[in-house]
Amino acid sequence: MPSYVARRLAYSIPVLLIASFLLFAFVRATFDPTARLRASRDPHAIQRERARLGLDKPIVVQYKDWLVKFTHGDWGQSSRTHDRVAPMVRGALWNTIQLIFWGILVSAVVAIAIGIYSAVRQYSLGDYAFTSLSFIGLAMPPFWFGLIAIQFLAAGPRNWFHLTNPPFFFVGLHSVDASGVVDYARHLVLPVLTLTVQIIASWSRYERASMLDAMSGDYVRAARAKGLSSWGVIFKHAFRNALIPLVTVMALDIGLLFGGLVITEQIFSIPGMGKLFIDSLIQGDANVLVVWTVVTAAFVIGFNLLADVAYGALDPRIRYA
Amino acid sequence: MTTLPNRELLDVPTEENLPPPTPGEFADEATVIRSQWQLFWRRFLRHRMAVISSLVLVLLVFVCFSASWLAPFPKDHQNLTIGATGPSMKHWFGTDDLGRDQLTEIMFAGQISLKIGLAVAVISTLIGTVLGALAGYFSRWTDQLLMRATDLFLVVPAIAILAIAIKKFGNSASTIILILAALGWMYIARVVRSQILSVKEKEYVEAARASGASSARIIVRHLLPNTIGPILVNATLAIAAAIITESTLSFLGFGVQPPTTSWGRMLADAEGYVGTAKAHLLYFPGLALLITVLCVNFIGDGLRDAFDPQSVR
Amino acid sequence: MPSDDLSVDELEGVEPEAPPDVPRDAVLSVRNLHVDFPSDDGPVHAVDNVSFDVFENEIVGIVGESGSGKSVTSMAIMGLLPKRAQISGEVYFRGRALRDLPDKQLRRIRGAKIAMVFQDALTALDPVYTVGAQIAEAITVHDRHIGKADVQDRVVELLRLVGIPNPGHRAKEYPHEFSGGMRQRAMIAMSIANEPDVLIADEPTTALDVTIQAQVLEVMERIQERTNSAIILITHDLGVVAGLADRVMVMYAGRAVETGTVDEIFYSPQHPYTLGLLASLPRLDEDSRRVRLHRIKGQPPSLVHVPSGCAFHPRCQFARLPAPCSTEVPALRAIDDLDHVAACHFSEDVVKVRPDDLKTEAS
Repeated sequence: MPSYVARRLAYSIPVLLIASFLLFAFVRATFDPTARLRASRDPHAIQRERARLGLDKPIVVQYKDWLVKFTHGDWGQSSRTHDRVAPMVRGALWNTIQLIFWGILVSAVVAIAIGIYSAVRQYSLGDYAFTSLSFIGLAMPPFWFGLIAIQFLAAGPRNWFHLTNPPFFFVGLHSVDASGVVDYARHLVLPVLTLTVQIIASWSRYERASMLDAMSGDYVRAARAKGLSSWGVIFKHAFRNALIPLVTVMALDIGLLFGGLVITEQIFSIPGMGKLFIDSLIQGDANVLVVWTVVTAAFVIGFNLLADVAYGALDPRIRYA
Repeated sequence: MTTLPNRELLDVPTEENLPPPTPGEFADEATVIRSQWQLFWRRFLRHRMAVISSLVLVLLVFVCFSASWLAPFPKDHQNLTIGATGPSMKHWFGTDDLGRDQLTEIMFAGQISLKIGLAVAVISTLIGTVLGALAGYFSRWTDQLLMRATDLFLVVPAIAILAIAIKKFGNSASTIILILAALGWMYIARVVRSQILSVKEKEYVEAARASGASSARIIVRHLLPNTIGPILVNATLAIAAAIITESTLSFLGFGVQPPTTSWGRMLADAEGYVGTAKAHLLYFPGLALLITVLCVNFIGDGLRDAFDPQSVR
Repeated sequence: MPSDDLSVDELEGVEPEAPPDVPRDAVLSVRNLHVDFPSDDGPVHAVDNVSFDVFENEIVGIVGESGSGKSVTSMAIMGLLPKRAQISGEVYFRGRALRDLPDKQLRRIRGAKIAMVFQDALTALDPVYTVGAQIAEAITVHDRHIGKADVQDRVVELLRLVGIPNPGHRAKEYPHEFSGGMRQRAMIAMSIANEPDVLIADEPTTALDVTIQAQVLEVMERIQERTNSAIILITHDLGVVAGLADRVMVMYAGRAVETGTVDEIFYSPQHPYTLGLLASLPRLDEDSRRVRLHRIKGQPPSLVHVPSGCAFHPRCQFARLPAPCSTEVPALRAIDDLDHVAACHFSEDVVKVRPDDLKTEAS
């Protein structure tokens, strides 16, 4: 097992390096940190700035220099504000990690519950209802879902019932003048809903299918033939087996979750990684963008590694040797 | 085991009974001899939602692309005196701040959204099919390259790469189409590759190879026809994905720019009206998107069932 | 002692409502069992009016091709058919009608009184639990008060009983680490964990190599001698039945076509299908270069459109068409011994033909 993790890690590092190099080159080619000097009257100003930033060197050398600094904790300065990038990213990460944590938790729990229900009560009214909802959830652009959710669950009710505060907040993760669990929860509901709606729709369909598959398995019949109750069979055997393919899909969808963050944080003005990305992109802040892509990629790879380990722990047939 | 037809155990809705075939010793034979395509159509037509969706989608495409004749008002026709009003007999979907009829706007915006969806699906399917087939057939390094390239793209959220690319290459509709297609082919390539890999081992391909058929001939004559189902299904789903992605990019500010509009662009413009009296501007473009994507997904589902009645998902 | 078992015994005390045609000393009786499955093309008549009895200590073979309804019959006995199956008829365990029992009481019988060995142990064992854990589950499900160490001892003992070497170690392994024969032995160990009164073995050897088959059958025989369970042996292999069973029921197209003792079935078959099956078996004492085995012409029928009258008539060389063979479903009837019955209009003609007569000289 440890050697398996080590090998996965060994594969992840070159992936991360190549990906970060490509992204580095891509971002460098897109944004010119010296663009703001173009208006300058000094004809040599741009050249001096380029030399100062090392932009006259080949891209590979630039990347190497950047990587050495990056690994030593020097993540550079924002091209716009000259703030240091590391604290910016760290602050944004904290907000994002909260969203991801709740997002994965909520989507896994809800999707699995719906999936099991729909499989066990296949073709029941509830199954049809969840199936229809999941089709709609998959067909809805998440940002529109977020806006509609604000309209009907927050801003709308506030106006209709003339409340001082909406039932759920839709700006940031904390109120300026309040704190506590309730306030936090009221801020979290809508962003987490927006972040997870598509994923819940997709995972619950997947869980339903893999539960049905597992429930038609001979080992489920055999377990019933032993005298286990239907629910005993469902949880001890069918669910346990259906979890294996679900974990694979969950791992693949983590990247989707990060994409969803960009939208969610934008709608709900949460100063996390997604918002940082959009802001830097609009401002053409190349230094922040490079760090952002590498940190995000590292996160996705980390989650995939975690999923691999979970997969191995769930399925004894996986060999680590 | 017994003769339970295998799919009985799977998740296929019970279908209506067939008329009894001609009486005979082994009456089932009559049902076996039916061409693949007839079977395909029968199964597709039996998927009620897919059939309804096809009709709705055809109607939607027709209405959008006939907007010049059908729309109640000319494009961008402003009426500043009325401003933003809710739905009424004159303006079914209401008007925006500039008094523009929303129904008209949605019809014209739909042209762009649908065009982008279709074009991206066609281009990425073409690229994906060719590269996927090559990778699957020749294995070795093309295959490695494809798999590693997709690995690379899996580690960064697609929306981020797309946004940066649009920032770099521009945001005209055709540029957006090319960028979406350039990133969208990988999924289809993976599907085609795995299909080809599994069909490649079948006896009839071995036989063709043994009888001296060229690689190109084997791919075009034997392998691709057998992967047509998954390709079509995924091409359909790619339309839906492209429409949603375009709208999301528009919402984030990286989509088409005025005077060109798309449904996503309309929604981006309406974002500020959440919770105000003009919230209706938020509903109709979103509904147009939802209905389109829903229809496309149902059609994809119907195609999947028709091509592969055994599939569960 | 376990309370679950007591309640089953209590139920046994209540002399049940079984109709007079169910023998008192039968462990298991099936009466007029019908099972239909809805399908695209109309109902599939998987089991059509099947009745039989199983007595203590005996091994009953149920023989038929795939699709003859033998596995569905066993699932119906266990009450494990999917919900969409339309079932009528009754199953009696020691005179108690099982189909009327609520699921909770049925569960006490399943695995404890009637257990099952599945055809393919690879798919019938849950891949994510160790073999030991799955056998232990079979024990603890029916006896919640048993100690952990006792369960472990019992598991090891069971594995040893079915001839698995180094059972203490093997119990901790997963099914995929077992060979095919070993898996089937583990499956048998699991099914006999509670010393059931009836053991249903559904093609227990079909998935195995011939040499392993013999070993597994031997294990079953040994088990039967030890536990005195009645065994229902479901198979398409007449050879397996000949070696093991006391009585045989031959099934065709969901119907029982002939029932009798092994000797009766093998030496004086009364149904043309049985006769055909026997004639298609090679015999060790005949020269395979000179004798050509019999082939039953045609294909097994569709269970959706079962041929009218006798289901076998399109393939039967004794058939008189149209009447009575294609118009009248023949009832099971005896022509000499009362326990040997066949569903054929012309049993008297069939019994005169010997299987070897159908084999032809190779040219």
